[in-house]
Amino acid sequence: MNADSSWVTLLVMLSPFIAAFFAPALTRLLKHNAAWALALVPALIFVHFSSFAPRIADGGVVTGGFQWVPSFNVNFSWYVDGLSLTFALLISGIGALIVLYSGGYLKNNENLGRFFSFILMFMGSMLGLVLSDSFLMFFVYWELTSITSFLLIGFDHTRAASRRAAIQALIVTGGGGLLLLAGLLLIWNVTGLTEMSLLLRSGDLLRESPFYLAIFVLVLGGAFTKSAQFPLHFWLPNAMEAPTPVSAYLHSATMVKAGVYLLMRLNPVLGDTAPWETVLPIFGGATLIVGTLLAIRQTDLKLMLAYTTVASLGLLVLLTGFGTEMAIVGGVLYLIAHSMFKGALFMVAGSIDHSAGTRDINRLGGLMRIMPITFGAAIVSAVSMAGIWPMFGFLAKEELYLGLFATQSWSLLMTAVAFVGNGLMFAVGFAVALKPFLGKLKADSDHPHESHILIWLGPAVLAALSFLTALFSSLTHHFLSSPMATAVAGDTVSVYISLVPHFGAPLLLSIATIIFGIIVYLVLGSARALMARILDAIGWGPDRGFDQFVNGIVRLSFMVTGWHQSGRMENYMKATFILVAATILLPMVLNGELPAWPAVSTQVQFYELAIMAIAAIGLLAVLQAKNRLTAIVSLGIQGFAVALIFMLYGAPDLSFTQFMVETLSVVILALAMTRLRLLPTDHRPMRETIVDATIAIICGLAFVLMLLRVVQVPFDPTLSEFFKQYSLSIAHGANIVNVILVDFRGTDTWGEIAVVLIAGLAIHALIRIRFGSRRGEIAANEPTE
Amino acid sequence: MEILMALLVGVFFSVAVYLFLSRHIIRMLLGAAVLGNAVNLLIFTSGRLTPEAPPIIATGPAGTAEIMANPLPQALILTAIVISFSFFAFLLVLTYRAYQELETDDTDEMRFAEPRGQTLPPLEY
Repeated sequence: MNADSSWVTLLVMLSPFIAAFFAPALTRLLKHNAAWALALVPALIFVHFSSFAPRIADGGVVTGGFQWVPSFNVNFSWYVDGLSLTFALLISGIGALIVLYSGGYLKNNENLGRFFSFILMFMGSMLGLVLSDSFLMFFVYWELTSITSFLLIGFDHTRAASRRAAIQALIVTGGGGLLLLAGLLLIWNVTGLTEMSLLLRSGDLLRESPFYLAIFVLVLGGAFTKSAQFPLHFWLPNAMEAPTPVSAYLHSATMVKAGVYLLMRLNPVLGDTAPWETVLPIFGGATLIVGTLLAIRQTDLKLMLAYTTVASLGLLVLLTGFGTEMAIVGGVLYLIAHSMFKGALFMVAGSIDHSAGTRDINRLGGLMRIMPITFGAAIVSAVSMAGIWPMFGFLAKEELYLGLFATQSWSLLMTAVAFVGNGLMFAVGFAVALKPFLGKLKADSDHPHESHILIWLGPAVLAALSFLTALFSSLTHHFLSSPMATAVAGDTVSVYISLVPHFGAPLLLSIATIIFGIIVYLVLGSARALMARILDAIGWGPDRGFDQFVNGIVRLSFMVTGWHQSGRMENYMKATFILVAATILLPMVLNGELPAWPAVSTQVQFYELAIMAIAAIGLLAVLQAKNRLTAIVSLGIQGFAVALIFMLYGAPDLSFTQFMVETLSVVILALAMTRLRLLPTDHRPMRETIVDATIAIICGLAFVLMLLRVVQVPFDPTLSEFFKQYSLSIAHGANIVNVILVDFRGTDTWGEIAVVLIAGLAIHALIRIRFGSRRGEIAANEPTE
Repeated sequence: MEILMALLVGVFFSVAVYLFLSRHIIRMLLGAAVLGNAVNLLIFTSGRLTPEAPPIIATGPAGTAEIMANPLPQALILTAIVISFSFFAFLLVLTYRAYQELETDDTDEMRFAEPRGQTLPPLEY
């Protein structure tokens, strides 16, 4: 691929984000008709990727990219094979319809521009996810889909249910994303590869690695959370809080299939092992059965569809993990079929809601004559969902029975699971597509009406495609199914199945499924009541478990915070000083750096001793002072003693400053303290006194030892000599201390002056600026229990 | 000489820390003042004690002393004295104002931001 077309593909991959940037402004300008303009972006993306189809159908791949972090061998690169291409076409094709649908569905919503922006950002993320070659890029896009999904589910952020659903989806899918990241890093560690395309050529490297099981579990953690596999399926139905276009697009046709995409992508390198072919079908099968059973329980159209989506994802995981080539082909066909019929059915549910004012199946009926186009789209999609001739779903169902059915017990079990799941989905699908339209008219809305063209266009196109793709199945297979199945299986697969039925076990199973489905459809009311009773009897579910989990975390962090942030100053101070003592003492003790026993010098002058004694007495007097004035005076005594020490050891400048500062301190302390009506002494209980004194003495001891150690190492006079030598010759000053302050370290002094100035300003502000009485606020801050 | 100074510095630190561990802010303020002196003496002693001459280069006929005090710690301490003084003054006024608003200098009674008996944060979404 040459550089020019690389740039084009890069631009195409970024175009949804660019469109997202301009969407709000455009929507302000054109109102809901901005949908027509914005839908051009995914439409153009669709056209661009369609142009790859012939090359990929001939067994080629399209790659390209740019270096990103060359030192880590991380590139921004893409890899388009049959699997990526099919996904890219589904994302952009359905995306264009969804953008149009959103324009009609949220016509009067004042945040429509923001909605367009979010959904286009999601589109860009999802597109990037399926095209990514580099692991890092894949992961970034993976998490971006979680984040944009969070934004879209929480779009109606004034409702608590929306916020909960959004947070739940983010925690579950984001957490799974972290597992996936760990898995990808492990793959990188084992193989040294950072790109999907190279990994796919690595043969048995991963399967033979001792870390296979860890990689397997981590990757599954990512895939199962994203694709809502039981028992992590609960976030998906809750995500139905999002506006219907989001449910149709993210939570049915595209994002939730990212997990399936991941499994299909890695099937050639991770699949064909015992764990893969056991764990995937078991979880997939369980998800299929649980999803369909829960779907029967629901009366809300969207929730019924949501649970069948969970079930379909389970079926896809089952087929991906089953291991036969036919099962993979079945999975591929079912994935394509599902995106079309489920996307359409969701949009139908939305337009019923829009027109009739409710989504409750018991309060709907008789809309057939009022909404003929919607009804047509619904019935065609339901036929495809049920796997009935002549829709694309029929091909998928034949193929998956062909792939699963055999006479071993494992195959029989999986066939039975698929059979039951399909039969129940049949019933739910027709319940959604028939019940609102048949019978007597009983809508809540005053004027049920056929929807705006923006709303019926999407389902109509998808329904038509369900039929056309099946009719021209050889074309579909040539450009989509066969290349995709080839990519998933890892070697060349050709898909032949067409609308011409073949007599055999699959056809019989299909017919049996239909009969079973019809029976369930007829007894749906009592089945629903039965499921409701069973679920009530169980009581607990993973959804409630999520709440318990989150509450548990909040309580735990509250407890931990309450423990180490006690809100008591003395505890913080104790901890601080214990740590100070420990940081000084521990290294000295552990490294054997304690000072040698010092030789006591006999050349101590009496006046030196006297001054030190005065300082010590002043300090102890501060501790013992019985009234304020004594304390202040004692503080002055130790300060002046320090000034004298400076004077004695050749530091007149320090001495002078110290005298001045101590005098000022005493004066302002006296001024302030006489205005405070405080207890004169420091009452501490005996126990506290002992603890505090111990800490204080250990701290003091630590500094004594440190200082002794410091003066026992040879003195390095380099810096001092430098200043002595150059003070006069360079800076033309005889007083070296002054020269250091104003010349060698002038900037430092300048900073010091700034500090003093700021302190002065702050003091001024504190004294002069008075706020009104804070009593009221303080009262308001008291706990209200 | 250094050993005596080291012990004195130890006393300074102990007293400062003990004052800091009080519940009364005014005692902590005294502690802050003492701690400043403690640190200054620590730096001063680390630079070695030379009881002879101040670090001034003589330009007159008398000539410069052979051994003079180490100028570097003095420069550092000079800065430190001034900074700790402005810090002390600021803290003092802060205490004063806090007392005016809250009518206490007991840190355990100052509960404007952290009221007693904190309740669980809200558990709903």
